Amino acid sequence: MSSSNGVVKAPMFEIENLHAEIDGKEILKGVDLVVNEGEIHALMGPNGSGKSTLAYVIAGDPRYEVTEGSIRFQGEDILEWSPDERARKGLFLAFQYPTVIPGVSMANFLRMAVTNVRNARAEESAAVGGDVQKITPREFRRLMREKMAILKMDDAFATRYLNEGFSGGEKKRAEILQMALLEPKMAVLDETDSGLDIDALKVVSEGVNNLSGPEVGMLLITHYQRLLNFIKPNFVHIMMEGRVVESGGPELAHELEAKGYEGLRAQFAGTRAG
Amino acid sequence: MVAKAQVDIGEYQYGFRDEEDYVFKSERGLNRKIVEDISAMKNEPEWMLDFRLKALDHYEKRPMPNWGADLSGIDFDNIFYYIRPTENMGRTWDEVPEYIKNTFEKLGIPEAERKFLAGVGAQYESEVIYHSLREDLEKQGVIFLDMDSSVREQPELVKKYFGTIIPYNDNKFAALNSAVWSGGSFIYVPPGVKIEVPLQAYFRINAENMGQFERTLIIVDEGAYVHYVEGCTAPTYSTSSLHSAVVEIVVLEGGRCRYTTIQNWSKNVYNLVTKRAAAYKNATMEWVDGNLGSKVTMKYPAVWLMEEGARGEILSVAFAGDGQHQDAGGKVVHVAPNTSSQIISKSISKGTGRSSYRGLVKVYKGAEDVKSNVVCDALLLDETSKTDTYPYIEVEEERASIGHEATVSKVAEEQIFYLMSRGLNETEAMSMIVNGFIEPIAKELPLEYAVELNRLIQLEMEGSVG
Repeated sequence: MSSSNGVVKAPMFEIENLHAEIDGKEILKGVDLVVNEGEIHALMGPNGSGKSTLAYVIAGDPRYEVTEGSIRFQGEDILEWSPDERARKGLFLAFQYPTVIPGVSMANFLRMAVTNVRNARAEESAAVGGDVQKITPREFRRLMREKMAILKMDDAFATRYLNEGFSGGEKKRAEILQMALLEPKMAVLDETDSGLDIDALKVVSEGVNNLSGPEVGMLLITHYQRLLNFIKPNFVHIMMEGRVVESGGPELAHELEAKGYEGLRAQFAGTRAG
Repeated sequence: MVAKAQVDIGEYQYGFRDEEDYVFKSERGLNRKIVEDISAMKNEPEWMLDFRLKALDHYEKRPMPNWGADLSGIDFDNIFYYIRPTENMGRTWDEVPEYIKNTFEKLGIPEAERKFLAGVGAQYESEVIYHSLREDLEKQGVIFLDMDSSVREQPELVKKYFGTIIPYNDNKFAALNSAVWSGGSFIYVPPGVKIEVPLQAYFRINAENMGQFERTLIIVDEGAYVHYVEGCTAPTYSTSSLHSAVVEIVVLEGGRCRYTTIQNWSKNVYNLVTKRAAAYKNATMEWVDGNLGSKVTMKYPAVWLMEEGARGEILSVAFAGDGQHQDAGGKVVHVAPNTSSQIISKSISKGTGRSSYRGLVKVYKGAEDVKSNVVCDALLLDETSKTDTYPYIEVEEERASIGHEATVSKVAEEQIFYLMSRGLNETEAMSMIVNGFIEPIAKELPLEYAVELNRLIQLEMEGSVG
């Protein structure tokens, strides 16, 4: 990939021939995907095609074993990194099913997460003469209130226990809140639209759009075209049986909407056979 | 010398010890003469010596309990039953011998006293070496003394209640305590006096093979309130020490007493304690019992609900790390109708640690319309740790509402992964889950103690994963 002045620049986020399995069963069978700064990618596909597995593997879920291939982030192979290292380097996964942590308030959890990630970034920045500062408790509180307001979350939310008793919409909002506070460089959103009514979908989309920018890459995993009415992707990929089988522009999502997965499946089967 | 006496068992930070410079140290082991010597040194009245000797007699006859934790590691003949570190008790910290004062400085006691306590008692080995009570409380008639002084200075109250809630023949270790008791607190809160900030006692063992047997008696008069907090630590030795306390509490009509323990003995201490309260009409007794330290703890704070409207609450949190057995829980006895109780127990086990919940809810015939609820949750941090539950429910009355639920859970891998994906390392993730688990109890503690509890858990977690 070459930029206008002719210097070859490595992609920000690059998945190459990724194979991964769980309990000896191969789910990812050679995924290739590239996301550059400022790009929003949508990854669509039928149930069981491996979309969520890909999300978990990117985040470093220890249940999955990568058997082949690589994931490179800003030029570095991240597969040996623990999940927290990945987070501190600027990767983020919005979970489809966030886990309940009883007794831990949102505020306490967020403070620790934001402090860890931000301080790691400050150290990294200091090493190269940058000016990213560590976060103070006061600044954290201000930031949390600001982001909660954008996501139309009540202040009382901060004192609730992490994901405990949250409605589907509240869970998704909480994920987006975490994303907004952690300010990742590469965000993966796993079915963040599922289970949301139209109002919640708008709020969540707004949160995503607020984060997106020229330096941030995004991968939206979704089953339906609906989310893409609110968040405009630059690229759309179709995943089937553990591989990305088709990539294109936003029009691909509309094509999918029209033909359905079965239609596309037949088409790809035909392509491959031919 | 110091380094030699300590064994390396991780992060316990109170394992330091002082050189011994004592006024009196009994020989190892227990006999009638030691009991008589203790009584004589304390200038006790005849009735107390009689009480001690009867208790000694009972202790010697009574067999070891055949239930609960393994106590075979206690070498009773190797224990020092009485050590008097200093001649006099200080009313100010300046009156306390320098090295003992330094120890309590390290434990943060004088600082806590200045910041948020209404009174402090500090016990070192067998004796209370410092005691203070805020002047305004003294003027209101509050009595806060070491137990030994109270026998001399408050003979009527002591004679009326001492040994009535826990008789000397209650169990083997109550008998042992009754024979050789020394130190502990005596508190009397007059009718209607509410002490808004806690009184605290701190117990420190220093010598190797020490036996500490303090005795506490609290009387909360009608409509009064007190919150008493105790903490305890000891140096780490490779041989065993013994701590066997007796705590008796009386809460009269409409009174309320809260008794909070943050037990953090070093992991060579056998901690075998009997604690019991009697709550009268519309009175409330609350035990908040945190067991983090010791090699073995057997302790089941009890409330006897003697008259209508009385309420008992027991919150128990136990952490059993490598080599520890926390056999803890609570007992509630409903003697009167319209009484209510709740026991909430949370235990965490790690490595070769084992935590047991042992509890009793008893409803006597005639105690109608009793409400009681027991919840015990156990959290296992790994594959090797153990937990077990012994809930005894004895109900002789049909009109009683008794609830009991128990859960055992393991820290889920997905919880750890979720937190790590937000930038927490594995230890931080584990600590956060554990602190969340005990949150229902931690939030009942004054802020300073909640912070301390969280910090201790954090220390226990370090080096436990990865």
